[in-house]
Amino acid sequence: MTTPLTVPVARTIVLNALHQVVPDEDLTVLGDDRPFRSELELDSLDFLSFVENLSAATGIRIDESDYDAVTSVASCVSFLTARGAAL
Amino acid sequence: MAEFTMPSLGADMDEGTLLEWLVAPGDAVHKGDVVAVVDTAKAAVEVETFADGVVEALLVQPGTTVPVGTPLASIGVGPVAPAAAAKPAKPAKPAKPAKSARPARPAKPRRAAEPVKPAARGATAQPPVHPPAPVVRRVARDLGVDLATLTGSGPGGEITRDDVVHAADQHPAPAARTTPAPPAPAPREGMRVSPYARRLATELGVDLAAVPLPADGVVRAADVRAAASGPAPTAAPLVAASAAPDAEDRRQRMRSAIATVMSHSKREIPHYYLTSTVNLGAALDWMHERNRDLPVTARLVPAALMLKATALAATEVPDVNGFWVDDRFQPATDVHVGMAISLRGGGLLAPAVHDTARLSLDAVMAAMRDLVVRARSGRLRDTELREPTLTVTNLGEQGVESVLGVIYPPQVALVGFGTVVERPWAIGGLLGVRPVTTLTLSADHRATDGFTGSRFLAAIDRHLQHPEAL
Amino acid sequence: MSATIETTYREALREAIREAMTQDDRVFLMGEDVGAYGGCFAVSLGLLEEFGPERIRDTPLSELAFVGAGIGAAIGGMRPIVEIMTVNFSLLALDQIVNTAGSLLHMSGGQFNVPLVIRMTTGAGRQLAAQHSHSLEGWYAHIPGIRIVAPATIEDVRGMLATALADPDPVLVFEHGSLYNAKGTLAEDAGPVDIDHAAVRRPGDDVTLVTYGGMLPTTIAAADLLAADGISAEVVDLRTLRPLDDATILASVRRTHRAVVVDEGWRSGSLSAEISARITEQALYDLDGPVERVCTAEVPMPYARHLEQAALPQPETVAAAARRLVRGSDG
Repeated sequence: MTTPLTVPVARTIVLNALHQVVPDEDLTVLGDDRPFRSELELDSLDFLSFVENLSAATGIRIDESDYDAVTSVASCVSFLTARGAAL
Repeated sequence: MAEFTMPSLGADMDEGTLLEWLVAPGDAVHKGDVVAVVDTAKAAVEVETFADGVVEALLVQPGTTVPVGTPLASIGVGPVAPAAAAKPAKPAKPAKPAKSARPARPAKPRRAAEPVKPAARGATAQPPVHPPAPVVRRVARDLGVDLATLTGSGPGGEITRDDVVHAADQHPAPAARTTPAPPAPAPREGMRVSPYARRLATELGVDLAAVPLPADGVVRAADVRAAASGPAPTAAPLVAASAAPDAEDRRQRMRSAIATVMSHSKREIPHYYLTSTVNLGAALDWMHERNRDLPVTARLVPAALMLKATALAATEVPDVNGFWVDDRFQPATDVHVGMAISLRGGGLLAPAVHDTARLSLDAVMAAMRDLVVRARSGRLRDTELREPTLTVTNLGEQGVESVLGVIYPPQVALVGFGTVVERPWAIGGLLGVRPVTTLTLSADHRATDGFTGSRFLAAIDRHLQHPEAL
Repeated sequence: MSATIETTYREALREAIREAMTQDDRVFLMGEDVGAYGGCFAVSLGLLEEFGPERIRDTPLSELAFVGAGIGAAIGGMRPIVEIMTVNFSLLALDQIVNTAGSLLHMSGGQFNVPLVIRMTTGAGRQLAAQHSHSLEGWYAHIPGIRIVAPATIEDVRGMLATALADPDPVLVFEHGSLYNAKGTLAEDAGPVDIDHAAVRRPGDDVTLVTYGGMLPTTIAAADLLAADGISAEVVDLRTLRPLDDATILASVRRTHRAVVVDEGWRSGSLSAEISARITEQALYDLDGPVERVCTAEVPMPYARHLEQAALPQPETVAAAARRLVRGSDG
């Protein structure tokens, strides 16, 4: 990736990654700093799919040890922008 | 004055169609507000303005297709009243970013722009209170409660699930809402429907137009059944459009199907329950170690280990693996572990991971992921739903410590895994902290006795202590 | 449960003939090489020595003549079993079978019935080429006035002859050549079986495979393939090809909602076409897909083994047809 991820782009990617996992949920009402695993009742397989989507959309590797950093939209955005900048 | 132009929403986009204006001349707009909806070749996308100001003129009518860069509206730049809501600062960006400045994967952000719609539109006007959580909205939808009429009791005035349930108790939803008329079977034009599927659709009250078209274009009985029992298969994009009556109806039908089976189970099956605490230290260490070098797609989750361990244990204790039919236990020749999958919008399915005991862990994992996707999109095969010889529920993933489940007849056992928690654990006279889970068994006392059940749980535990052999 | 014996299709058939001849002295067997040679397929081996040349009669190579003689004997009060070497040669006797045996009761105003049993070998699979390998039983099933049976199991071949002999009208028994060596167990006291009903040879839920005669083993093998694939196939053995037991076929199809007809005959104008028509006539609204047919390639049966096998329905082709119905694709 030649350009660092901007916050709005990262946010869009995060929402999109969530949307692919829970296409029926209304994500517009999901607060940015809410823990979406519980809010959206994601199970471990859902969460894995989410991580996979996120990783595929950004090219950023997300390890199991990073899982604690990707719990809310806001934390995901921070994680992605930080990692994106480091690339 | 600033120009609001047709944006480039991807390297391959050279023109777009204006679908809808979300502002009118005279409206004050702020950087980041969504002002229009634009249709690209792939999706409808909400478009933000990058300028503060007042909309002076709309230059393009909805329905018009124009090249990228064409001015769509003019915005008069000037002092505007500060926005009511504090918006997160957006990084400065040129009004029309050069193509090379876009992120590498334009297609995804474009589709994802959809969810921004109401939030961005409402953001300028609404107080900074959290909107109700999605689950709360769903409960409200199910119970027919208008969230706008509620005062939240949660932190910051947030509306909680209890608030909704309470409100529903006070003011029961009108009957018309809870008993929607059965939809008439009306196939789409050109849709090919087998005669039996057509008949079934009438009997089950399934609207054929809402049945997703299979790859070969023929709707069969299984597709109708899936539509009758599954969740809304054609994902209504984002906004809570799944409150449509047929989704409501489907939920009702699934609820009553579960009601029938579970009542039957509790009426007929003399359940007994066993509980055991299992140290998952070895299993999780092994799994994390293994996952570390793998791409996300190849990683395992603990549930895969639990499923496989249960399947292997069932081959050792075959009395829990099979069916109670005609007043006797009929053991199954193979182990097909059913995996309880909760559906969004309510309900539950437990399709089988075929021949679980003989699959590699990777194959179990792949099968689980495949089943979850298809269960939620209503694309399970009926054989997969009939096949399970034993069921595992992982309700612990939602945080409960143990689950004492109801057996799915004619099966004779159900294994539950509680949430994984760190607990003090004594090993060799020393105390350590280990991740543990509460393993439970609900079993049919007609088929087995507690002794057999405890052998089964012990076997699951033993297999989980040797994850490398799973 | 009575004791069982290990036997073969051929021996069970011979035992059925022996029993019929022992119990009723009106019964006799005639046909080409049935006596001294013991039958072209060795079915009547040893019967000449046991019953003598009066009751085990070798005939000239003239199907028209000896089937006609059999009809005459039947009208005259005997209970003949006429053996025709293969169904291909039975065409030489079509006039006697269709125009006389099948019609006489009607044409005589009910005065003459023809209690005749004609046995013949049918089917391919043994490299006997186009002279000996065709499956023309579907043609005979077109004719009113005769009953057509196709024993596919040892029990049926043991039990159908007696019931056929007891029938006051002509019965044609089609024995598939590839079945004669089939081994199996049989109750020691096995006796007559009905020739009115089809039988469910294997219960299943997802698809009904309708077949008969020599295609039963092929179809069972297909059901095994499908079971390994998670598809539960019900196998219906027609047993009697005329009159067809619609009730059994339809009951199964109404349950599984899918039907595959497996017929070694050629597809065009075949028994499989008749069955398919009956299913759609009577159970259209229970069908979850079109009736599939798996039949022999429409060529005279090739001699070369690989070509013969390619022409015949195989378990894989039957299973593929079933998968198409159940899953929408044959993979």
